[in-house]
Amino acid sequence: MDRAARRPADPLPLTPDGGVGPQADLDELARRGRLLVVDTVAHSGAGHIGGPLSAMDLLVALYFGVLRIRPDEPDWPDRDRFILSKGHSAIGLYVVMALRGYFPVAELASFDTGDSRLQGHPDMTRLPGLEASTGSLGQGLAVGLGIALGARMRGLGVHTFVMLGDGETQEGMVWESVMVAAKYGLGNLTAIVDCNGLQQYGWPPAPGDEGRGDRRDPLAGARLRDALEAFGWRVLEVDGHDVEAIVAACADARGAAAGSQPTAILARTVKGRGLSFTEGRFEWHARVATAHEVAAARLELGFEHPGEAGP
Amino acid sequence: MRDAWAETLCDLAVENHDLLVLDGDLATSTRADRFAVAHPDRFLQMGIAEQNMVGVAVGLATLGYVPWLSSFAVFFTHRAVDQVRMLVAQTHANVKIGAAYAGLLTGFTGKTHQDVQDLAIMRAMPGMTVLAPGDATECVAAVRWATGTPGPVYLRLARDAGPDLFDDTYLFEPRRVVPLRDGSDVLIVSTGMQSARCLAAATLLETMGISAGVLHVPSLKPVDAAAVAEAAQRVRLVVSAEEHTIIGGLGGLVAEILSEREPRRLVRIGIQDTWGESAPNAFLLDRHGLSPERVAERVVMEFSRTAEPSRAAGR
Repeated sequence: MDRAARRPADPLPLTPDGGVGPQADLDELARRGRLLVVDTVAHSGAGHIGGPLSAMDLLVALYFGVLRIRPDEPDWPDRDRFILSKGHSAIGLYVVMALRGYFPVAELASFDTGDSRLQGHPDMTRLPGLEASTGSLGQGLAVGLGIALGARMRGLGVHTFVMLGDGETQEGMVWESVMVAAKYGLGNLTAIVDCNGLQQYGWPPAPGDEGRGDRRDPLAGARLRDALEAFGWRVLEVDGHDVEAIVAACADARGAAAGSQPTAILARTVKGRGLSFTEGRFEWHARVATAHEVAAARLELGFEHPGEAGP
Repeated sequence: MRDAWAETLCDLAVENHDLLVLDGDLATSTRADRFAVAHPDRFLQMGIAEQNMVGVAVGLATLGYVPWLSSFAVFFTHRAVDQVRMLVAQTHANVKIGAAYAGLLTGFTGKTHQDVQDLAIMRAMPGMTVLAPGDATECVAAVRWATGTPGPVYLRLARDAGPDLFDDTYLFEPRRVVPLRDGSDVLIVSTGMQSARCLAAATLLETMGISAGVLHVPSLKPVDAAAVAEAAQRVRLVVSAEEHTIIGGLGGLVAEILSEREPRRLVRIGIQDTWGESAPNAFLLDRHGLSPERVAERVVMEFSRTAEPSRAAGR
């Protein structure tokens, strides 16, 4: 459907009142976040769904339970740094930043509209609070490494978190960064890998695995853990949809900062998590929900009335 | 020229405590090893992994550091070009690319290491300043300017020492083009160390009765296009000469300027859309038409085939 033609007939049902405080219920926030992702992408007519939904609980955990940040002072020098290396999940990050108070939730409606601060992939030159511009996969960890190294040289107690997709670890540059981060013993660097097992298209199931229906990447699961450990990283595993467990793993990683090993948190997630029709479906990597699907998402996520001021 | 680069960084680091050098394991070639000895706490070895090195520099720059990168030009403009584009140029990061061994004369390394596309690639990168100093003095001045000026800089460094063009009173300004010699028949526009060879060619041409001016372009971007057009207006033939492919580098730049501002016949001397060889410098310069003798021969041939511009074609 033509994007411009769609807009007047289908306004984005958002509250204009901005974000919520860090005391809010995190599962409830993730639920709201998921609907905002689906809604915003439908409104814009383009964007990614699967990745942002698999990463939503991780992002909520980070922004509401882990990161030492000041949304009203995004350049606060002592802030923790977060880099979304899997930049195509930008809308998930924007939604959580809006909920956290970096900008009004209503601004999500400007996603992907030319002069918007909310570009299709994160653009640090436009939106305060973004620590890197990403979108070419494999690059975020290197920038985080530079920040972690520089923070240590400056004597700052800053912790740097970088979120990668598991498919993204197919990029060779990731392993350059993994090697050098270990070489420099950067305990103040944590990589969180959103292990949803799917990518945009990927590989068909191996012979004998047809029934499993997945399209797993070569480093999925145990091999990724082994590879990171072989490079000298500390590896934690966590249920990527258990917000409390994620917060605890991140606290564990931060606690290791005094040590000399970077930490990787392998977060087991489901691509498209939260909606029955998107879960585990690689086709939803970058699909736009129809009006009918948006309504279905609204119901499934518990926001029953289309006119309701929620999410 | 690489000596001038490294020594200037050693000097600057005494006053500028934010200056860092990141090396892709080529410090003994680029001469960054001198910095490693002089300022070991600010020398960061990144290993044979240029893509990561570029990203790390961007992270360091966000904390106020001024990272200079040390590697061969090819590894920035070809292997890590995505990182330069995404992380450095797009974000206008304060990262300085010390692109050593640029051009054709790379010390018997051959086509794998000769970067004769770098100017075209970097010039097409929005926000990137592209510098190609002509001698050691200009190199020192360019390094000082780049270190003190926020934003990304690509500095094209020749491997070998060359003749001096400037004395210590030289002031570097980005954008400025530098007339090295006046001439009324032909204007030779050149960049990097090729300018010294073009100056020698102009001396040869004088003995053959052709008055050739030489205009040195140390800053391909930004560039004073009006000054190039103005210099071209006074001659019958314009020649560009560079240790670079004739496509998209200085020759491309001059073609763009002339076609928009001052139509003149342009002959582009440089690598003719081909690859180089492992060979002594003299062989390479001769093979690719860049030695003073070959430049002069080409100018003589082309000048004889170039008619006076008609009045109508002028301004």
